[in-house]
Amino acid sequence: MMGRMLLAATAVLALSSPATAQDFAITNATVATGDGSAPIENATVVVRGGKVVAAGANVQVPAGVPVSDGRGTWVTPGIFATVTDLGLWDVGAVGESNDTTARNSPFSAALDAAPAVNPRSQHVLISRAGGITRAAIAPSAASSIFAGQGSMIDLGSDPQAVRRPRAFQFVELGEAGARLAGGSRTAAHTLLRNALREASRFGEESGLVGGPNRPAEVTTGDDIPVDPRLVESDAERATDVLLTRFDAAALVPVVAGRQPLYVHVERAADIRSVLALRQEFPRLNLVIVGAGEGWMVADEIAAAGVPVIADALTDLPARFEQLASTQSNIGRMQDAGVKVAINAAAMEQPRYLPQFAGNLVALASVPRAAGLSWGEALASITSIPAEISGFGGQLGVLKPGAIGDVVVWDGDPLEVSSTPVRVYVDGVEQPLENHQTGLRDRYRDLDESELPKAYDW
Amino acid sequence: MRAAIRVLLAATATAALAACATAEGSGDSTQSASAYDYPDTPYPSTYRPYPGAPTALVGATVYDGAGGRIDNGTVLFADGKVVGIGGADLAIPAGYTRVDGTGKFVTPGVIDIHSHLGDYPTPSVDAHSDGNEATDPTTPEVWAEHSVWPQDPGFTRALANGGVTSLQILPGSANLMGGRSVTLKNVPSRTVQGMKFPGAPYGLKMACGENPKRVYGGKGRMPSTRMGNFAVNRQTWIDAREYAEGDRDKRDLAKETLAGVLDGEILVHNHCYRADEMALVMDMAKEMGYRVAAFHHAVEAYKIGDLLRENDVCSAIWSDWYGFKMEAYDGIPENAALLYQAGACVVIHSDSENGIQRLNQDAAKAQAAGARMGIEIPDAEVVGWFTLNAAKAMGIDDVTGSLAAGKMADVVLWNGDPLSVYSRPEKVWIDGALMFDANDPQRRPVSDFELGQPGEGDVK
Repeated sequence: MMGRMLLAATAVLALSSPATAQDFAITNATVATGDGSAPIENATVVVRGGKVVAAGANVQVPAGVPVSDGRGTWVTPGIFATVTDLGLWDVGAVGESNDTTARNSPFSAALDAAPAVNPRSQHVLISRAGGITRAAIAPSAASSIFAGQGSMIDLGSDPQAVRRPRAFQFVELGEAGARLAGGSRTAAHTLLRNALREASRFGEESGLVGGPNRPAEVTTGDDIPVDPRLVESDAERATDVLLTRFDAAALVPVVAGRQPLYVHVERAADIRSVLALRQEFPRLNLVIVGAGEGWMVADEIAAAGVPVIADALTDLPARFEQLASTQSNIGRMQDAGVKVAINAAAMEQPRYLPQFAGNLVALASVPRAAGLSWGEALASITSIPAEISGFGGQLGVLKPGAIGDVVVWDGDPLEVSSTPVRVYVDGVEQPLENHQTGLRDRYRDLDESELPKAYDW
Repeated sequence: MRAAIRVLLAATATAALAACATAEGSGDSTQSASAYDYPDTPYPSTYRPYPGAPTALVGATVYDGAGGRIDNGTVLFADGKVVGIGGADLAIPAGYTRVDGTGKFVTPGVIDIHSHLGDYPTPSVDAHSDGNEATDPTTPEVWAEHSVWPQDPGFTRALANGGVTSLQILPGSANLMGGRSVTLKNVPSRTVQGMKFPGAPYGLKMACGENPKRVYGGKGRMPSTRMGNFAVNRQTWIDAREYAEGDRDKRDLAKETLAGVLDGEILVHNHCYRADEMALVMDMAKEMGYRVAAFHHAVEAYKIGDLLRENDVCSAIWSDWYGFKMEAYDGIPENAALLYQAGACVVIHSDSENGIQRLNQDAAKAQAAGARMGIEIPDAEVVGWFTLNAAKAMGIDDVTGSLAAGKMADVVLWNGDPLSVYSRPEKVWIDGALMFDANDPQRRPVSDFELGQPGEGDVK
């Protein structure tokens, strides 16, 4: 039985650059392209029509492109933060302002972060001022091992934040998953398998997969994926199913490998169990999140070709599942050939990403520790998370054809003393003001001799 | 070893009010009985410094913690004490081991004024949740040292990655009065007594704002509001004063702690986020006859830098945490710099088993935020935010916190500028004993908990 597809907006609409994108060139700067290479001194970046047209040394600025002298500054691609909850909350402990968890929802995998995103959230504004131009966002698991579907967003000031909705599914399979599933890892793994089986069956019966008219596979960030939840289908479901119809539908693209499955696990044994899922569900497009003991199974992760979004500086046995945590984890995995991005969820705020990357550079000079080169460290917060997110070559890099997300820093971007001075998204220069800058300016002095501080704005 | 510690003391409330603030808020220190002698210390420190060789650190850039910087400096220590600090011309006595610090940096040992290591240890399982006696809004009778698990692996990370040599372990903030803190030397030990900083004054952890009213309001009992917080606090202080002014014959653990505060022997460390609440707490302290040593977290301290200076109260803060709760909504990265500009005392703290490994970086972030708004603060002053200023607010500044002759040889040799993200501790001495050496795989503590586990003895 064929379902009728409700196709979402086309890629052209979603990725078109705002009309305000301006051509610009920055010269004489230290340019780091984000691809893992070392920074280039006295280099130039040219952006036209919202896209990078050149980046590097010996670049000729085309006539008519406004040039600014970048002497003393560094230029990088925008930081790509993954995995975050940007735009989903205002105050963490104020429940009514916080859309990250849905403990009492009847849905799990079907939950979709996209319509909840608030591009005016202070955390979006503050992260943008910290040089972050793109982020993967996801709900947090609360009612099930499935947290729901994450989105890829930009942090530009325009109202269109979501660039790719339903970009991935997030599932908990470690200690947290065990608790959510009913009390043990056995329950979590059983729940996962049952869910994937139900989704697989639903996908076949609804025509979402396997049918002659099934939608084209979506493997890059360019397209808006079909929302399988909205497929109209008369498919009968067994009477003993556990998943709601919506949850089953949401997992169809996961089973089909069209939507990546982000799996949070820490323990080496749990990582092995996740890699083994492919024996039962060969099309799963896995991404491992956390991986605190990843260094112990780095060769296996590398052989499986599964990318990792890892905590950079976690080095304590905070849970029994991460007894072997070390700050050398990412360096060792990278040395083994694993594609590793720094996990923005494992720090107080996503704007700490450059600091955490810088710490991995610091490890390179600590005896017996494994760190990253400077270029690799920048890549771990730019091009690599972009690749994992489906935007390889388009985001997180400064090279011809890439999207014009550019950050100009007042110094080495990985150094704690540096900060962005200009941030571009899609070639559009962004405002960097926010609640914090307003408070800073008001309380620059404490003089209330004429009027109370409330008039100082 | 009996270090005669002078406690930051306000002999009377009047004296406390009269205390004039200095730029960095050291306040008046008047002689008092050593806390070591205080009859209220039935669990005395058994810590003794480990053996160390007379050492001369030469050729490094030295930050003394007190605002001084010496390029190509020399630091001498022996028998657990700093012997001298000076330039390249400082004579090195015979028998000293020279450590070449060329291209490196030396600071005093890092001090964290706000830690829960040991009372919220890792692994962070419920069985280890020993930081909040959240069964009554005022529990000044509990002592953090009775919760500290010396095998918390977090101590070793704070040493190796953070250069932390001393730290204050506080009870949590569920209660208005959470109990006594304990100050530790960051030395591995089988017992907490073996870590206790000899002679350090006790602290009383207090908390205002959301936490107490949420915890107890949620139980349907007082306090459930901020005004309830104050009412419970004030009545508790009034009762304590009555006890303190009496013969004190009847043992009362709670009131003994509060009487210690009123006596100026025990220092108040007050968790408080909002500026308006800090202002009220400072008035409550005047009303009841005590002083606040430091507001902890203090994300809005920048709004009242003048009041904090006038009241000689330090602000122990993160560089830029904000937004995780309503009372943290107005946190800004310029907090420390604005306080510094106002002449108030700045301490950078962690409240985190992770952040304690990077207090130097946090201070550098706060410094940079200031520089961007035109507040230039010398590196040597910023180093004081996680060394001497912390020691002052903890009442141990006459024996540690800076590199000065006669002080404890708590010293960190960094492999680069400690205000850079790229630098790490290379060697850490506590009382002149080498307790961490990045170049020696064995000179690294490993907690009992980690023996036989994956990653035992790893670089971490």
